[in-house]
Amino acid sequence: MQQVFSVPKSMKKDFKYTFCPGCDHGIAVRLVAELLDEMNLTENTILAASIGCSVFIYNFLNVDSIEAPHGRAMAEATGVKRVRPDKFVFTYQGDGDFASIGLAESTHAALRGENLSGICINNTTYGMTGGQLGPTTIMGQKTTTSPMGRFKETYGYPIKIAEHIALCDGTAFSARVALDSVPHIKKAKEALRKAFQVQLDGLGYGFVEILSTCPTNWKMTPEQAHERVRKEMIPVFPLGVFKDVTAK
Amino acid sequence: MAHIVIDENRCKSCFICVGTCPKGLIKKSNRMSNLGDKYVEFVDPNHECLGCAMCATRCPDLAITEVYK
Repeated sequence: MQQVFSVPKSMKKDFKYTFCPGCDHGIAVRLVAELLDEMNLTENTILAASIGCSVFIYNFLNVDSIEAPHGRAMAEATGVKRVRPDKFVFTYQGDGDFASIGLAESTHAALRGENLSGICINNTTYGMTGGQLGPTTIMGQKTTTSPMGRFKETYGYPIKIAEHIALCDGTAFSARVALDSVPHIKKAKEALRKAFQVQLDGLGYGFVEILSTCPTNWKMTPEQAHERVRKEMIPVFPLGVFKDVTAK
Repeated sequence: MAHIVIDENRCKSCFICVGTCPKGLIKKSNRMSNLGDKYVEFVDPNHECLGCAMCATRCPDLAITEVYK
C-alpha cells in the first residue's frame, strides 16, 4: 500500500487553519507548502505577508516571514531580496492588498523585473473586514458597500490583475488559475511552480492570480461558492497564462 | 486496501469532500468534533475506495491528512 497524500512537511506542526469553512485559502496555502517541499525551498525561503485573511499564512507555514503594512508586501519583498539575493522570496496577498492599496508597489516590482514571486488571492471582496466592494468586485455584484450591485457610474470597472501584470516588461510569468475543481487545482499548482521557478532561474517577476471563494461574505455554501466561481467569475476573469518568457 | 484518514478536529463541515468522492464514501456524521462541528466520516464497508485523493485535493482545511492507495 502506497501513501499518495500526506500533510506537507513545510506546514507547522499541529497547525489548525483559522479560515472560514470552505474558504479556498486553505487549498492555496497547502499548494504553496507542497511546492516548497517538492522544490526543497523550505529552509531557504522568506515570506512577505500582507494584510487581510491572507496574512494568516505565516501561522501555518514553517518559513521565515516578515509582516508588511497594508499593500506594501512587494516593497518589503524587494528589500529582502536585494539584501539576501540567495534567498527565495515570495508574497501571498489578497486582491484588496495587491490590487487596490498595493497596486503601485505590485506594478513597480513587476516593472523593475524584481526576482520575486507574487501570489494574489482574488475573491472579489474584502473578506476580513466584512465583504466590502474591492477592486476586483465584478459588475452587478452586491457587497456591503454596494448594496445595489456594482455599476460603472459610481464604482467603475474591476481590474484584471494577471493581464495588468503581464503587460509589465519585467514580468517573466503571469497566469490566472482557479481552485474550484480538481483539474483546476492541479493546473494552479503547476502555475505556482512556474512562478517560483522563474525566480530561481533569475528571469524576473513571477505572478499567479488565484480565483478563490469567500462563502461567508458571499452568503453561500462552499459548493455554491465554487459554482459562482465557475459561472460568474471565470467568464469575467478568464483562466490561462498571459505571459511566459520560458515558453517556446 | 485504499483508504483515507480524517482528522475530525480539523474538519469544519464544509462538506466539499462529500460531493467530491466519486464513490460517495464520505458521509456527514452526527457526532460533534471539539470545534462543535458535525464532521465527516469515511464509510467503506465494501472496500470501494480508489485512493484517487480527490477529496484530499479539494479539502480546504487539510482535514483529510493521509490517503493510501
